[in-house]
Amino acid sequence: MEFRFFYHFGAYLLMLKGMFSKPENPRMYWKQFMQQCVDIGVGSLGIVFIISLFMGGVTTLQTAYQLVSPIIPKATIAQITRDTIILEFAPTLTSIVLAGVVGSKIASELGNMRISEQIDALEIMGINTKGYLVMPKILGALLTIPCLVVVAGFLGIWGGKEAGVLSGIISNDEFIQGLRQELKVYNIFFALSKAYTFAFIISSVSAYYGYNVKGGALEIGKASTTAVVVSCVLILFADYALSAILL
Amino acid sequence: MIEIKDIKKGFGDKEILKGVSATMESGKVNLIIGASGSGKTVMMKCIVGLMEVDSGTILYNQQDFTAMNAQEKKNVRQEIGMLFQGSALFDSMTVEQNVMFPLDMFGKGSYKEKKKRVMECLERVNLEDAARRFPAEISGGMKKRVGIARAIVLNPKYLFCDEPNSGLDPQTSLLIDKLIKELTTEYNITTVINTHDMNTVMESGDHIIYMYQGQKQWEGSNEEIIFSKDERLNDFIFASDFLRDAKEMRQMEMFRDKNWRDRLKSGQPPAK
Repeated sequence: MEFRFFYHFGAYLLMLKGMFSKPENPRMYWKQFMQQCVDIGVGSLGIVFIISLFMGGVTTLQTAYQLVSPIIPKATIAQITRDTIILEFAPTLTSIVLAGVVGSKIASELGNMRISEQIDALEIMGINTKGYLVMPKILGALLTIPCLVVVAGFLGIWGGKEAGVLSGIISNDEFIQGLRQELKVYNIFFALSKAYTFAFIISSVSAYYGYNVKGGALEIGKASTTAVVVSCVLILFADYALSAILL
Repeated sequence: MIEIKDIKKGFGDKEILKGVSATMESGKVNLIIGASGSGKTVMMKCIVGLMEVDSGTILYNQQDFTAMNAQEKKNVRQEIGMLFQGSALFDSMTVEQNVMFPLDMFGKGSYKEKKKRVMECLERVNLEDAARRFPAEISGGMKKRVGIARAIVLNPKYLFCDEPNSGLDPQTSLLIDKLIKELTTEYNITTVINTHDMNTVMESGDHIIYMYQGQKQWEGSNEEIIFSKDERLNDFIFASDFLRDAKEMRQMEMFRDKNWRDRLKSGQPPAK
């Protein structure tokens, strides 16, 4: 797919607009939505678990490496780890990884359905395919990705504590004390705002590229790659924009 | 009955359909034939509404499909069953779930009633034993039959088949043709088949539309095709020496039957 910004942006908006129509059978739409929640949420738990633990551990170790001054209390390491994870690593890094995992899955699934005429078959039956296939994916992502970000935040902080304690850099009590110092609830709101924005970007952009695949099997791979790349770039843009606006 | 009147469709500068008109009657197998690139697939996609026509009208039982709003089109589509070239079965569902899907989406009634209807359709295509299998576990011919079962489960008024014989061995191909023909007369469906298969043309073609470079070149029945003088049609249908010999033998057979014209007009088969 060549890069034609206005063409793709217009088609993307039309796809989003096309999702809204009266469902043919709300029960079937609900079933599809629940299926997507399981696929996106439960299906990504493993990778989120692994990256969060190591992300937290590495953050603690590297913060401790840079804070060598004896006048800075060790609890500050925990405070920095907590804020770094809540503000940036949990929402952004997790979303970048999910863009790869979830985004490529959505794009290739829809691409395969398009190439094998399954989407045409649904259209012929009189089903609004954008509403039935795309909307549940977007709603599923909007529900589960922020939950995954919250899980990533908790696991990251826990991983950071374990790494600090196991390596003897900081004691358990000092870490807990650091976590309690100057906690801003607004940071959590900011992280969740980012999570919702990124969830929408990942699901809708990937669905757009998958839904509009033309050609054969090779194009499914290309669409999947494009979906991941565009999602990642948009996540980084949105990350900067939200930081500039909300902080 | 489906009527198309002067439909035109192009992509950019290239005109694919150059004003095609035809009538497809109910209870008959209507074939659209033609070489690759002649516009038959585009024509079928336009008729079912997967593509918008640039101009012209498509009438489903005298109702103008091209002038309908989205909801009205949806209602018409619920009366359409379609068998796709690659069967287009949902990979993640079993054969039974594939056939059940249109019923789940649009059908009323209890699960038991739906299941009964699904089993009826699967029995009709001789696939009741494959109900629990996934599309990846069955052969190409079986997939086509599942596609047919899914297409007829809502008792459609119109059945569209896009190259139903592609990739099938001659025996399975004949089986599919026979099944489609039987279903067409049994349910009085308007069946439209897009095909390259000459067996289908000669065995099932109640009404044949031959497309050439985006235009309707010839129209008639499978009996009339034997005596057609249209060179392009003859070159396309009877492409090999074997088929030309077969045509001559069929002509001789039909000439022996003195009343073949009368029989043809009254819809009876020629005497052997």
